[in-house]
Amino acid sequence: MSFPKCDMRAVALAAVLATGVLAIFGGDAFAQEDPLETGSGEIGGAPEAVGLGEFDETLLPTACNVTAEDLPDDGGGSIQVTWEPLEARGTDIGILAYEILRYAPGEEPSSLGEVPPTDTGYTDTEAEDGVPYQYVVRTKTPLGSTDSEPSEAAVATAQWVAMGRLSILIMAVLFCGAVLYYIRRARVGDELFVRKIPGLEAVDDAVGRATEMGRPVLFVPGIETVSEVGTLAALTILGHVAKRVARHGTPLDVPCADPIVMTTAQEIVKQAYTEIGRPDDYDPARVAYLTYDQFGYTAGVDGMMLRDRPEAVFLVGTFYAESLILAETGHSIGAIQIAGTKETSQLPFFVAACDYTLIGEELFAASSYLSREPVMLGSLKGQDLAKLWIVYFILLAFVVGTIGYIARPDGSSLLTKVFDVMHSWFG
Amino acid sequence: MGSLGMIIGTWLAGFLTLAILSFLYKDNPFYKLAEHLYVGVSAGYWLIYVAFFDVEPMLVTPFMEETGVEKWILIVPAALGVIMLSRWFPKTAWLSRWPIAFTVGVGAGLGITANLQGYVVPQVQATLLPMTGFNLVSLNNLILVVGVVTTILYFYFSKAHKGVLGVTAKIGIVFIMVSFGASFGYTLMARISLLIGRLYFLLSDLLRVID
Repeated sequence: MSFPKCDMRAVALAAVLATGVLAIFGGDAFAQEDPLETGSGEIGGAPEAVGLGEFDETLLPTACNVTAEDLPDDGGGSIQVTWEPLEARGTDIGILAYEILRYAPGEEPSSLGEVPPTDTGYTDTEAEDGVPYQYVVRTKTPLGSTDSEPSEAAVATAQWVAMGRLSILIMAVLFCGAVLYYIRRARVGDELFVRKIPGLEAVDDAVGRATEMGRPVLFVPGIETVSEVGTLAALTILGHVAKRVARHGTPLDVPCADPIVMTTAQEIVKQAYTEIGRPDDYDPARVAYLTYDQFGYTAGVDGMMLRDRPEAVFLVGTFYAESLILAETGHSIGAIQIAGTKETSQLPFFVAACDYTLIGEELFAASSYLSREPVMLGSLKGQDLAKLWIVYFILLAFVVGTIGYIARPDGSSLLTKVFDVMHSWFG
Repeated sequence: MGSLGMIIGTWLAGFLTLAILSFLYKDNPFYKLAEHLYVGVSAGYWLIYVAFFDVEPMLVTPFMEETGVEKWILIVPAALGVIMLSRWFPKTAWLSRWPIAFTVGVGAGLGITANLQGYVVPQVQATLLPMTGFNLVSLNNLILVVGVVTTILYFYFSKAHKGVLGVTAKIGIVFIMVSFGASFGYTLMARISLLIGRLYFLLSDLLRVID
């Protein structure tokens, strides 16, 4: 295989012509010094400045040490090309761009495109698996182009396992293993302890108070879709609330922002009424769709609060900027408010404006605690075990790293190296 | 006509803004009007949005243009969508549980890897910090490690918060509340900027009392 070299003679000829023009029109000072010696050459003046009568290729910058290798941890079809820029000796000839050329057996060389002069790498995403490719990086300057030496041949292949994500895989296997283990224990009837969650004990009080006052209960399941875990947890809690409401004969309103959430909520509330033995009391019109628009939904729920005056308001699920508007409106009508969300940016508003708040994971724990379903209970216990592993790992790394730095503050101790390995394993 | 339309639009937007803000006084017919308009218009908007930005480009167009497996696989989501409509008929309403189960299952499954890769692993890695001596960086690292560990232990549900776990959980809730306070102030400032934007619209575009 032959590789085209940049036509340096043409560049040299152009440079010689430029020298002549500059010499004629008073460019004498330009040709006085050898930029190789002084390092003061300028773009456009370099070749003739050599003063040797021939163009010196080394004046032009070029890419060197071009390497090509299969892109790791991918599904094939990609080759990573890297190079090092070799600047012209003693000149300031700027690089306009790098052009990447690809050579395949039996094919004409093809240009893959250009990258800015600041780049030192390119990923060929159009490679065919199993075909050996070589790459040449063409350095483009105002005075011409230079081609690098060709890289070694590289072949794109697909990897079965992304080794860069091995830590994720191991953690997923461990976490899922712990969850499956506890689900199995829950299914065979083992007693799995879950501590009481303060906000949940207020649910019965809130429903009871609404019953006494003869006013409805409002359950707001958030504004996200049913595939959001926060919404799923909210729907589980809705089932619990619906049973309490059905038992007391208190009206329950569930305005929804998502049609599928509405459908699911209707099923859950209907199931709760059926289980309590009052299926005829279930009114599907009370589990209604408002709008998917965030603040349109907020305006609608606010209106319901003001007109229906619910005595108990549940704000459970995924909320964003509407959280404070809803919680403040509920507060203004004097309702008991129980809130819960995993959105850390909205929790402060619920804590400030509601009577009880399920903070973050308490929301999921609450749904497991209430349902006592083996799958949910096992998931909660499995997650608890995973949390303990994480805590132990963090503390172990802290102790190892700290002792290592105390022993040798320059970071050369064996323990410091162990700490670095622990840290980089996640990367 | 363009300027007349602009004037009418600005006055309508100004009226609706004031109608919504009148909620701060109490519920009134103007707020009710604006609320019902908002809910109705936004519901209609999302219907069109879903039709033209989800169903059409993700289902109809690919079905017309693709060939082979990529074409026929689209029948699966289309069928699931149609089955959702079975809720309109009481006798077949139970069928709608299938697409719901599919959506929930896919969401939960995707969530495991995404949360591990996007949240758990980067946060654990960022918390692996040593004390490198008696300096402020070490103090910062110590506070961070203690804060993370005690906060995680607050959310440990397999044991009652008593004894050592009770103490660490109390420290954890202090860290949580401090972060809530900071978040509250930060978000409040953002909300005030939104209010300023709306007041600016009223004073500038509508009343033209400021430039």
